[in-house]
Amino acid sequence: MRTAKITTNTARSRFDSFSLLSLCTLWLVLSVSAYAQIAVKGETVWTMAGEPITNGVVLIKDGKIEAVGPASSVNIPTNYRIISAKVVTPGLIDAHTVIGLNGYLNQPHDQMALDGGASFQPELRATDAYNAQEKLVEVVREYGVTTIHTGHQPGALASGQTMIAKTSGKNVDEATFVPTAMIAVTLGSGANAAQGKSPGTRAKQVSMLRAELIKAQENLAKTEQPKDLKSLIMARVIKREIPLLVTAEAAQDISTALRIAKEFNIKIVLDGVADGHLMASEIKASGFPVIVHATMARPGGERANLSVENASKLRAAGIPVALQSGYEGYVPKTRIVLFEAAMAAANGLTQRGALALITIDAAKILGIDKRVGSIEKGKDADIAMYDGDPFEFTTHCTGTIIDGKLVSDVIK
Amino acid sequence: MLRHISIQSVLFCALICTVSGQERPTAFINARIIPIAGPPIEQGVLIVHKGKITAVGDARTVQMPSGVQTVDMAGKVVMPGLVDSHSHIGGPAGADSTGPIQPDVRILDSVNPRASSIQRAQAGGITTVNVMPGSGHLDSGQTLYLKLRDDPIKIDDLLIIDKNGKYMGGIKFANGTNSIRAAGGSFPGTRAKSAALVREQFIKAQEYRDKIAKAGNDKSKLPPRDLAMEALVEVLEGKRTVHFHTHRHDDIMTALRLSKEFGFKIVLQHVSEAWKVADEIAKAKAPASIIMIDAPGGKLETVDVDFKNGAALEKAGALTGFHTDDGITDSRWFLRSAGLAVRAGMSREKALYGMTMANAIMLDLQDRVGSLEKGKDADFIILSGDPLSVYTHVEQTWIEGRKVFDRSNPADRIFATGGKGATEDGDAHSDIHCFDGDIGGGN
Repeated sequence: MRTAKITTNTARSRFDSFSLLSLCTLWLVLSVSAYAQIAVKGETVWTMAGEPITNGVVLIKDGKIEAVGPASSVNIPTNYRIISAKVVTPGLIDAHTVIGLNGYLNQPHDQMALDGGASFQPELRATDAYNAQEKLVEVVREYGVTTIHTGHQPGALASGQTMIAKTSGKNVDEATFVPTAMIAVTLGSGANAAQGKSPGTRAKQVSMLRAELIKAQENLAKTEQPKDLKSLIMARVIKREIPLLVTAEAAQDISTALRIAKEFNIKIVLDGVADGHLMASEIKASGFPVIVHATMARPGGERANLSVENASKLRAAGIPVALQSGYEGYVPKTRIVLFEAAMAAANGLTQRGALALITIDAAKILGIDKRVGSIEKGKDADIAMYDGDPFEFTTHCTGTIIDGKLVSDVIK
Repeated sequence: MLRHISIQSVLFCALICTVSGQERPTAFINARIIPIAGPPIEQGVLIVHKGKITAVGDARTVQMPSGVQTVDMAGKVVMPGLVDSHSHIGGPAGADSTGPIQPDVRILDSVNPRASSIQRAQAGGITTVNVMPGSGHLDSGQTLYLKLRDDPIKIDDLLIIDKNGKYMGGIKFANGTNSIRAAGGSFPGTRAKSAALVREQFIKAQEYRDKIAKAGNDKSKLPPRDLAMEALVEVLEGKRTVHFHTHRHDDIMTALRLSKEFGFKIVLQHVSEAWKVADEIAKAKAPASIIMIDAPGGKLETVDVDFKNGAALEKAGALTGFHTDDGITDSRWFLRSAGLAVRAGMSREKALYGMTMANAIMLDLQDRVGSLEKGKDADFIILSGDPLSVYTHVEQTWIEGRKVFDRSNPADRIFATGGKGATEDGDAHSDIHCFDGDIGGGN
């Protein structure tokens, strides 16, 4: 469906202005992303649904994975375009970013992930701000990132909604995978409003959050439910349809998040959790998953105890863990989850364990594992290709496939 | 009280360390040695005595001195301590908000030698560093070249003293948008104004210098002492290198133009668009210290920053080093810079040279650090594997024959991995560290 739409749009732009330039563009577009049946051959294929396959083949048909297995057992039909790579992985998933809302220029006009007007704005939709053609979306796509959970950034008690998008597509409609994924909530000093405004302390933050959740509970009990945007979205939180994505770095904020989730019987996903390695048993007991901070995130402040072994320790405790690139206010304007997972692989996790943080485990936590996160028959044909161990500094991403189309073939 | 105990234990420790670690030569054997000064040695020997390197070479040819103690480094890689030509560890603050050009300000008077950021840099294998004030001024003050020696009581313990007995450092200049203030005041509002303000000060400095020369031995004719002018005269005389923060191609050219006009020694810092003017940089014989940023942008001047800067500068023939700009990038992952540069086409040799010797040259320390050669300071790191691999850890960092970081020691390891207490600044760590590092450790 999505694919058909893209093809139509390409065809339309072809006739908008018939010129040499547009012919050249068309040629480029066709050579990079022409829709065809593809066979990806990999010396190593990390399916993330079993052991890696040596000399594997992934057949792609109509945007989906048609077959995967060793070359000895998968026949490549004659009309398939063959793309070879040393290492093949599922398309990478960045479990929490702000790209598409926050642009690479870092100027007021392209920073749209935080509205300072009020401290609690769960009604703000990420899809109303997502720029599918933003440079950073292209940058991460060229490293093999095919799916992003993006949206409003930490920095207000509730800054707005998040969405899940593919990194392809020319506009938000083409890119959107899940329009409303979670509500971004922040606890701790990052959630404090300007001087003289509330919240100004942790206790006040929680008081305000509880008041909003109580109101939402009460609204739900009414026969005539309010139809304002905030009430509508908060009702979905109470009904456990969407989780709160609670950014909580310090130990006391992690405790608070778990306490609130229990009190209101809502779903949460813990985000950041710099102190997570000090709170592993509590988090494990709660059953909630964690989208852990970027491995190379800077220590200090609320993240004073940040550890590069956090992901490893949380995983060892039996907690579902995914990895994020996170929010960056300056340079680099985005981190690259591939690099962050690499550093996790060097600090306590196995290669496979680190790859799971940015593929299948991320898909499970985001609730999209039926579609993406592993190379299995019937799933979206989202593939990343590398000329060596994907985690090594000196390896290159050689190609990215999304929904069966080669969307990048730069050597990066 | 805590501090008192710590000083005592450090003194005690220093005494023991000297006896056990320095009097006898120590030979690190069976390592793969990357001396930078020559090709890698597969079965290498590095001999250290009294803080200096006394021999480095192939196991079959190096003569063992009498009384030598050996440390088996089989499976390990040994290379020179890393030199970071641009960092902000130790929490330095230079110029204040009162003016755009403040050459009188010394970062010497600002660095906290006990900052945990210094210990994290040791964990990253950094042994020598240029600590700089920021880039919010055209000139934010004098920089400081430091050795990250262990257990400093005061900043003096980290200084590098030149042959005239003076501590070493450069001076920080910047152009582009960081030092431009929309509100104006004494700060520039445009790029042309930025250059004009700098030019004006250097002309003043030339006049100041000439007055001093003219006065000769007649002290009554000397101009009144002016700390700012004194520093700029050092720059004019080539005694103080200008570390010039610059990003965009046109700003890079402006920095080169000023350098030529006033004849000052320059190191281009950041040079985000180096790939656009690499030939011009090489032609000007200006060293370039680059930074590896994971994604472009973050500000308008860095939209075209690229890992390929290393390869482009190498191809053009420019002296190319790397820096962390810590906390922009983290000192603990400094080696990553070389890996990412190689990813984008730089040669392995030049990338490792850029982490060490190139930076040493930029800091005028090429005779003391930057390579493993006889007579140089015994500053080296022991790696678990190839320096360009993500899986490699810095296992030990040695400065002047003393181990300052040992990953096998939990009290040290935390500065590499992070964790509870890893960002606390202070001296509680000192006593534990020295004992493990120099007595219980590898020698």
